[in-house]
Order: sequence, then structure tokens, then C-alpha cells
Amino acid sequence: MCLAIPALIKSIEDKEAEAEIGGITRRISLWLTPEAKVGDYVIVHTGYAINILDQKEAEETLAILEQIARLTEEEG
Amino acid sequence: MRYISEFRRSELAQGLLSQIHRRSKTPVRLMEFCGGHTVTIFKYGIRQLLPETVEMVSGPGCPVCVTANADLDKAIALAQMPGVIVATFGDMLKVPGSDSSLQEAKAGGGDVRTVYSTMDALKIGGDNPDKSIVFLGIGFETTAPTIAASVLQAEERGIKNYYVLSLHKLCPPAIRALLDSGELKLHGLVCPGHVSAIIGSRPWEFIARDYGIPCVVSGFELLDILQSVDMLVNQVESGKSKVEIAYRRAVRPEGNKQALRLMMQVFEPCPAQWRGMGEVPGSGLKLKKKYQRFDAELTFDIRPIPTREPAGCICGDVLRGVKTPADCKLFGRVCTPENPVGPCMVSSEGSCSASYLYGVGLEQ
Amino acid sequence: MNNKDRILLAHGSGGKLAHELVEKSFIKALANPLLARLDDSAVIDFSGRLAFTTDSYVVSPIFFPGGDIGKLAVCGTVNDLAMSGAKPLYLSLSFIIEEGLLQSELKKVVDSVRRAAKEAGVEIITGDTKVVYRGSADKLFINTAGVGVIAEGINISGSNARARDRVILSGTIGDHGIAVISQREELSFSTSLKSDCAPLGGLVADMIKASPDINCLRDPTRGGLATSLNELAKQSGVSIRIDEEKIPAREEVLAACEMLGFDPLYVANEGKLVAIVPPDDADRVLKAMRRNRYGKKAVIIGEVGSEKPGRVVMKTALGASRIVDMLTGDLLPRIC
Repeated sequence: MCLAIPALIKSIEDKEAEAEIGGITRRISLWLTPEAKVGDYVIVHTGYAINILDQKEAEETLAILEQIARLTEEEG
Repeated sequence: MRYISEFRRSELAQGLLSQIHRRSKTPVRLMEFCGGHTVTIFKYGIRQLLPETVEMVSGPGCPVCVTANADLDKAIALAQMPGVIVATFGDMLKVPGSDSSLQEAKAGGGDVRTVYSTMDALKIGGDNPDKSIVFLGIGFETTAPTIAASVLQAEERGIKNYYVLSLHKLCPPAIRALLDSGELKLHGLVCPGHVSAIIGSRPWEFIARDYGIPCVVSGFELLDILQSVDMLVNQVESGKSKVEIAYRRAVRPEGNKQALRLMMQVFEPCPAQWRGMGEVPGSGLKLKKKYQRFDAELTFDIRPIPTREPAGCICGDVLRGVKTPADCKLFGRVCTPENPVGPCMVSSEGSCSASYLYGVGLEQ
Repeated sequence: MNNKDRILLAHGSGGKLAHELVEKSFIKALANPLLARLDDSAVIDFSGRLAFTTDSYVVSPIFFPGGDIGKLAVCGTVNDLAMSGAKPLYLSLSFIIEEGLLQSELKKVVDSVRRAAKEAGVEIITGDTKVVYRGSADKLFINTAGVGVIAEGINISGSNARARDRVILSGTIGDHGIAVISQREELSFSTSLKSDCAPLGGLVADMIKASPDINCLRDPTRGGLATSLNELAKQSGVSIRIDEEKIPAREEVLAACEMLGFDPLYVANEGKLVAIVPPDDADRVLKAMRRNRYGKKAVIIGEVGSEKPGRVVMKTALGASRIVDMLTGDLLPRIC
């Protein structure tokens, strides 16, 4: 449950923002993430940003997964 | 799509699967109890691809499925009241109550509107000042803060015709009840990623500490699920049991403090009825006294019909993971997505619906 | 806005006002000799096999990015005829108008009908107008019927698919459904997506020229690609296996589906078709499609098999398989 998708904040007005994902834009609420800034990626659930995505953590996770793929290829 | 496509790369999935196959020696039963995880697992046929030593079961993580008939009957009764608009997430529209469903109430003249967000519901309220708009509040800790925010927005904007029927549920108490029932021997838990984005990873620590069961907080994409299974298998093989976060890009150990603050400002815990589990203390949310005027239960004279459970429906057992859809005599015969008997077949992430629609997979 | 600008009940009653409306709004715009006769029925000379279809259009809102109910009515009817391998010729058009509809909106719709009919090479030769009480119709409903003629030797039907046939899809899925839903107020999101609404008679003619042995044609409208493939599989008593990675979809369609919780396989299309062709003809047909403006992104997405008849199976990105069933009920946005 908790269908939520990462969206990019394009502009902010008061407690709401215009967010974009894959070419579509929607007005979202920043009531739960008042510290979000333009340029942040946020996770959007039912029109509300529930958290700000940590880009560094995302990159680190992918790096770990890439290393696993490399290792298993070498062994296999 | 950014932050989605990267986490669906199949070459990285193959790497994780190879690692899981290599690591997994002990037979384990892992439970995921978030419907979103159920859907990803079925969508990619993950069960077929995991080693025989890893068994995955689905738990009560679908807020639609765990909503008791009696509660749904209240929503249907509201929809049948003149002057009331019931705004609901699409998930609830077709779920059968004791006698009817919101969709049937709508066909019978009730004003039921599907919305994507409470923001849309507030707008409907503003556009219809002579009517009352009741928001059907379902969902776990991911959704409850958004409903809380909508109540505060209604207060801020002076919207006088907005109400909430709070059927929200909290996950950790339900998981504790499930583990206490001792029905199922579990060796690992895939914890819901977006619930954890709100509550953090600390509320799951009692599972590792008191029950010795490893937990991994997981995201919803293909790689997220596989990584979480890998981490759980790793914990089991190394004799550990702790709470780890795999979904690090979206979950912090302390969660989202602002969301929690708003949620506890508007709501307080109360006992709640879970389908298949009966009453679980402290597992529901009700509006605090200060926000009583938004409470649909206190405002409207709701007279639901007497509660009836459908004969032969074992949704409760399926939700607890003790039975599979295939074990149900009604599955695929009497109970289908076109004519659902119980909610597990209606919700797109209910076990039965997922089983039926995606099939178990035919070939490798 | 005064009542002179709106359609009134009197416009549907058959009296002077009604005649004026028909002359002004329909005859003039859709000018053709058969329609201008204003007889109770149009009389046409025919020889050969006829394809005959009927449809009703109740889309809301009536105007959406990329089209409107008028364009949809013409294209939908024309496409039904084309899916039998027919050359679409004549349409009937019946309007059921909700009292209070703006004359300007009706004019826009009729203009769309005219343009679409022109592109499709069909004539509207008979019609009807009714006006109903406010609240009895959602602004405008359109009912159509259409006839077309099928050349000798052409035998296209949903029950003709055979094992080893190739399954060809003419382009991206989900454009129409998402374009329309983006206009629904309670789900509001903005997108540059347009409906793919288009007349496919010309595309089908090109395909038949490349191969007269095409077995099946279907346009995946309501219920999407998944539903159409299931219908074909059941009608022909075969299984259909498709490859998820081959199915083209625009990024915005995928993004909207992610947000609302839809599966693009079930979202409606109004300018696409699925063809099932013998394996030796597949490349030729594909080339012909890609030369046509409505088939530029055509691609082979799968194959017909004989095991598990009636089933549609999709190979996922990981190589595992999953069953793709028909759509049950409506596509509803979900939070879970």
C-alpha cells in the first residue's frame, strides 16, 4: 500500500508546490515536508510530499547493487 | 523516470538473485505485509525466481482488506444520506460491505466521488457549500498524516462542511498481535517502506528484540524487494536479528517528525477492528476532542445495517498469512474480481486479486 | 449568456426551430448530396460484402486534449469497420443533446465531425437530433452506425488467429485514456499528452495491400490492449504471448499510471490497432505500417501459441511470466 512516487519540485507557493514526474505536473502539498526546496525530489502520496529523497543515499544504494552484479558475474 | 527506472534495472536484479541463491541455505519464511510489496512480487514473478529455501507470504498490509465490514457499512450508510457527499480513494469503491458497496450506493443515487487526494476533497467541499463532504479516511501511517493535514487546512480556511470518517490503522500493534497469535512461524519481515518513511525504523525494533525476527525496511521497486530479501537471508544465515533500512533514499531512522507531529495533533490511538484479527488495542486512530467537529461519526446519525460476514469467506485467514488464496473454496469460482465476495479480491493489492490477475506464472 | 446561445427542448421537437438547427448546424457543415436530400432514409447502391457497425459515445468531458466527442464518434465507427478489413464508406449520426448545451459547443463538435469524416474519406448521410431535459444526458451523447465494403478474398476475424502468428501493435498505448482522465477535476494533473484519436482506414488499407492474409485486427479501446488480446485469444482458442519490453508507451502515460496506480495495459486507446498476421507476412506488414503516419511506432510484440488456449501471458523484464487478464470493472485511482 502507500502508492507513492518520486517527483521533482519545480516551484513553491506558500505550503504547496508544482511537482513534475515523467513530463506530467501536479499541484502537491508540502504540509508534511515544509523544509522542501525547489529542485528537491520528494515522494508523493495522495498529493502530499511525505519525505525528501536523499540523492546521495540513492546513488550509494545503486553503487552497492552494481558491485553485487559485478561480483556475481565474475563468479558465475 | 528518475528514481524509478534505475531501481528496475534487470541486470542488477540478476545480480541480486544470484547472490540470494548463493547465500540461502536455511529454509526461511519471509512475510511482507505491505500491499505495494505484494504487487511488485507478483508483477515480476519474483516468487518463481527465488530459491526453494525462501518462501514469501503476504500479511495484513492492505488497508482496504483489513477494514471491517461494520466500518464499511458506516461509509455506505453515509453515502445514502441526502446532502452528504462521500469522497473516497478509489480502492474502497467496490469493496463489499455486509450488503452493498459504495459503488452500489452510488448507482442507487448516493453521491460518492473518487478522489486522488484530500486536496481534491477540500475543493469539492468548497464548491458545494450547501452539502457536507465526508472523507473516508483509510490507510496506515503513510496516509493518516495527510488526512490530519486536511483537517488542519479545513480549519485554517474556515471550511465548515468537511468531515472525516476515521478508519485509519497503525501497523506495529497489528504486527505484534499477529506475532502473538503464534499461528505462523516467521524468519524475517519485509517492513513497509512508506509507512516507515513516516514513523522511521525504530517502531519495528520490538520485533527483532522481543521475537528475534530480522526486519528490513524495503522500498517498492524490483531492486528494493530483492535487496531486502538478500539482506534478510544474510541476517538469518549469520544468526543476526536486527532492523535494517534498505530503502535508505526515503527512510530515516527517526522518520518524518513533522508528519508525526501533525498526525498526533489531530488524532489519538484507539482500539480498532481488523478483519480477520478482531479488535486490536491501540491500533486505530480517532479524532482528538479538539477536532471533534470534523468527526463524521459524532456529527451524523449513522445507522448502518446489522453486520454480516459473507459465508465461506476466509479473507481473515488469508490476511494473516495462514491460508493462501488457493486454499479458499470460493477463490476463482464464486469470488472473482467481477464479483468479489471479500476485500482480498477487490483491492488491487489484496493477495487474492494479485493471485488471480497476475497468475502464479507459467514458465521460466 | 442568454438562451439564444443555447440548445432548447424546442430544437428537438421536429418543428421550425428543429429544422433550422438541422439546416444550419448539420446539413451545411456536413454537406454531401445524400444528406442534402433530407429524405427519411438515405438510399445507396451496393454490391459486395458489407461491414456494418454501431456505437454510442458518451465520453465526459466532451472536449479533451487531442479531440472531442465528435472526432471520437467518427474515428471510433470508422475503425470498427476497418477492423473487419472494410473500406469505411457511410455513417449515420444521431445527437442526443442535453437542453442548455451551448450552440457554440455544438458547432465545435460538428466541425470536428466534418474534419474527421473528410480525413477518413467517409460521408455522414443520415442523422437524427433529439433534445432531452437538463440532467438526462451529460451535455451530449452521440450514436452512430457505419457501413463499409470488404474486398473479395479478405477474411479478417477475431477467431482466425493461428499458432505461430505474429502479434503487431501499431504504436504507443494509453494516450487516449490518460489524456481524458487528466481533465477530470478531482484528479487534476497537467500534461502535454493528447488523445491518439485517429481514423485507421488508411493504415488498414496499406496493411492489406502488403498482405491479404492478415488474420485478425482489433482496436484496443475500452479495457486497453490487455482486454483486446484476451478477446482475441478466447475467440480463436489460442494463447498469446507478449514481451513487456517491446510494448511502447510514452513517458507521461507511464508517469500518470504510476501516480494513479493504473496498469497501462488496461488504459483506452482510440487510434491504435493490434494485428495478428502469419509469420511470413509479418515483416512486410510491419514495413507498410511504419510508412503510414498512424503506424510509425509499429512493433511486433509477441506471438500466438497453442498451449493454454484463451490465455494471454506476458514475459516480464526479468524473464519470468505472468498472466494478463481482462480488465474487470473500471480503472480506479488507488492509494494502495
